[in-house]
Amino acid sequence: MRVSDRTLRFVLKPLVFLAALGPAAWLVWAGLTGNLSANPLSDITNETGLWTLRFLCLALAVTPLRRLTGWNGAIKFRRMLGLFAFFYGSLHFLTYVIVDRFAGLDFPDGIVAVSTLRNLAASVGADVYKRPFITIGFAALTLMVPLAATSTAGMIRRLGRKWQTLHRLVYASAVLGVIHYWWLVKADVRSPILYAVVVSLLLGFRVWRRKKGTGVFVSRRVPAV
Amino acid sequence: MVIKRASDIASSEITSKAEYLNRREFLRAAGVAGAAAALAAGGLATGEVSLQAQEAPHGRKFDGVKSSPLSTDAKPNSWKDITTYNNYYEFGTNKDDPAANARNFKTVPWTVTVDGECNKKAAWHLEDILKGQTLEDRVYRHRCVEAWSMVIPWVGFPLSDFIKKCEPTSKAKFVEFTTLDDPKQMPGTRSQVLTWPYVEGLRMDEAMHPLTILVVGLYGEVLPNQNGAPLRLAVPWKYGFKHAKSLVKIRFVEKQPMNTWQLQASNEYGFYANVNPSVDHPRWSQATERVIGGGFFRKKTQMFNGYGDQVASLYAGMDLRKNF
Repeated sequence: MRVSDRTLRFVLKPLVFLAALGPAAWLVWAGLTGNLSANPLSDITNETGLWTLRFLCLALAVTPLRRLTGWNGAIKFRRMLGLFAFFYGSLHFLTYVIVDRFAGLDFPDGIVAVSTLRNLAASVGADVYKRPFITIGFAALTLMVPLAATSTAGMIRRLGRKWQTLHRLVYASAVLGVIHYWWLVKADVRSPILYAVVVSLLLGFRVWRRKKGTGVFVSRRVPAV
Repeated sequence: MVIKRASDIASSEITSKAEYLNRREFLRAAGVAGAAAALAAGGLATGEVSLQAQEAPHGRKFDGVKSSPLSTDAKPNSWKDITTYNNYYEFGTNKDDPAANARNFKTVPWTVTVDGECNKKAAWHLEDILKGQTLEDRVYRHRCVEAWSMVIPWVGFPLSDFIKKCEPTSKAKFVEFTTLDDPKQMPGTRSQVLTWPYVEGLRMDEAMHPLTILVVGLYGEVLPNQNGAPLRLAVPWKYGFKHAKSLVKIRFVEKQPMNTWQLQASNEYGFYANVNPSVDHPRWSQATERVIGGGFFRKKTQMFNGYGDQVASLYAGMDLRKNF
């Protein structure tokens, strides 16, 4: 596929950017117009979490897509997709902190007080420490922080080959994200299984290619004579 | 493939509109006649109307429902909240699945089999269970094990009224409740998300407690299918999963029954399942709850869901941390 840089930069990337904001925009709209369920705050927590996983999968799909289609332009979207995973992950965590933790606090000195901040930190800390599925979700998000921080062109240049190594952390983040999701579900694990399969395929593809060699569809094995 | 949405219904299985309308007619007639017969004996003393009853979406209202001193004064959730946010895995595991998938669920005719340690083993028609039975508005706080809560204006009657008619023997120490398991009508039961049929149980003294009711209605009307029509339990000091729905079997037993969620994960769900803010679910806190329709801040969960004065004595001397 041949897409000019101009089209990519001024048409495709803005379109993908707007589309990626869609879920957040939809949540805001549906929340304000009463189109979420009877428990809208829980919906927002769940949806932002799901979209984090979806964007992680999309970012991880870029390399397999390049290899399988030969369309290297796909690489131009990878950073944006990864940053959107981080964006939704941050929203997810923020929603949890506000809706689940902050909203359940006591306010002995009123809401605007130093004790509120202290109690909130203690409440989040205790939860992250005590509940394995939250520990794991928190770890998945934490691993994304250095990736987001080193996503600029300058950092890529500065880190050189180390950048690639560092950014393999995203694999761990995706795996932890799926475990986090699997663990919070009460009984119906069909949706977590779906994500587990997708992430396995995306990571499995990399393992398979590594075993096979590094070229694009070029077998390194010398044909038997 | 493993991953399959369970809610797919073959079009051949969907009730034709004519049949469906017929059934509605029959149901309306049966409902009105049945209710009238049932309530004639109950007298017309409605007392003060405690409920801001909402517009009837289907107009099948019970007449002469009495108010009850056991109701809470708290403002009930809206009809919409109560009928669109349901955990009823027989109709799907998403909160909005039951409202969508139970629409054509057939509740007439309905039979409840009474079995086990009792003198009156029988298959009861629902109309016969309701015959001569006074119905009451019971506005109860409802606390889900998932840490959300609602206030629900049930219509029902004490389970003890019915148990007495069954004449349990001295061997009857527990009551076991079984929900309908009909894969044709209940798409959720086509996948083994839980072990079907859904089973719940109560100790005899819990079952005989005046707060424990059999529910047939909501907001003065016939119970919507997604809420467990035509007959379900409400035990307001216990987590919602104890409230077995669409009951087809009531069995008196000597040994403590194994309830479905305990079978699913015995480290997370016990037999008693009393609302208890100090015993967390292993994966989340039970100290506070999200009040549906109740604003931004969470509510502190109360011991026995606030019914401690009435029920705490049932558990005197018991370690509720162990018997969670």
